[in-house]
Amino acid sequence: MDCKKEALALMHKYLDDELTQKEERKLRGHLQACGQCQKHFHELKRTISLVQSSSQVSAPPDFTKKVMERLPKEKKRTNYSRWFRHHPFLTAAAVFFILMFGGVFSAWNDDQQVSVSKQDNLVIQNQVVIVPENVTVEGDLVVRNGDLRIEGLVNGDVTVINGEILEKENQDNPLDGDKYMAYVSGDVNEVNQVFEWMWYQVKKTVTNIFTLEEE
Amino acid sequence: METVIKQKIKQIKKGDHAAFEDVVTFYQNKVYQICFRMIGNKHEAEDLAQEAFIRAYTNIDRFDEKRKFSTWLYRIATNLTIDRIRKKKPDYFLDAEVKGTEGLNMYSQLAADQALPEEEVESLELQTYIHKEILALPPKYRSVIVLRFLDELSLQEIADVLEIPVGTVKTRIHRGREALRKRLRHV
Repeated sequence: MDCKKEALALMHKYLDDELTQKEERKLRGHLQACGQCQKHFHELKRTISLVQSSSQVSAPPDFTKKVMERLPKEKKRTNYSRWFRHHPFLTAAAVFFILMFGGVFSAWNDDQQVSVSKQDNLVIQNQVVIVPENVTVEGDLVVRNGDLRIEGLVNGDVTVINGEILEKENQDNPLDGDKYMAYVSGDVNEVNQVFEWMWYQVKKTVTNIFTLEEE
Repeated sequence: METVIKQKIKQIKKGDHAAFEDVVTFYQNKVYQICFRMIGNKHEAEDLAQEAFIRAYTNIDRFDEKRKFSTWLYRIATNLTIDRIRKKKPDYFLDAEVKGTEGLNMYSQLAADQALPEEEVESLELQTYIHKEILALPPKYRSVIVLRFLDELSLQEIADVLEIPVGTVKTRIHRGREALRKRLRHV
């Protein structure tokens, strides 16, 4: 047997507990015959027992306490994510509300420019939409981000979002006079706040739904 | 024990600190031993072992419960320690001596309480010597020797911890064993 290769390989296999009975007999036979290998084998076994004999070291007495002190405080994020995982329904509801409000707010903030529903004969001056005298507006009139002055007639509902209805000089408050009704043949809405705007949107949606049903 | 640990892991994943404390108490000596035998001094070993547990805690969601927890934990500890060894490589040989002395200090602190009998002092010296010889091995042999003979892991477990094939583990153990034999045969 080649001491350097075969016998040495068998020795290590023996030390790894992977020797078959046949190999073990072979190794034993060789070790009895070869003093050199016997010495080598003895040294290997002794080395292992020396390493294993070196006493087990223990962690310092307050080790656990120190680890617990160094532990990161539970991050808010992990708290939230854990909560979300445990309450899928509420999470879905929360996401829904965030998206809904987000949509409303962005619609609200979308443009601060004066916009008006498409009708002819309207005059826009310095953020004021004017229905001139001798003009009759057919259909509903919607004004956004601007004021409205009615000098002529509106044949429909009037809605002013983020603005107000201006009185003509030396005219009574148009909103509570009979005279005013002469100008507008329909409902008058003034919307100035986000929440009113939301309410208005909801009302509009609901009205649309019912209108559709009626049709 | 594995089932108890599995139960604890579930609790830790739910954010239970107390369950984690139990796990640290259970594994502290094993993890500390791996770090200490590989890095060589108790101050750094403690720091590394603590870091290993903290990493295990913060990454607990990534632990696959079908696997063995100890394997995962030892992997974190060995990786951290090997990283540290790599970083301090330039002065590695310089403070090899210091490391050995530190080991001696640890034992001499023990001795401070009560005078040790002659033979125990002798065995302490021998242990310090063996500790130094293990530290003199290149890190890749050192890790397998520590895991195999001090933590008594199976070849397969060592392969899992170090993420290397079993064949490589065997080769490293054989070479490490031969290297130690040369250093320790005169003891």
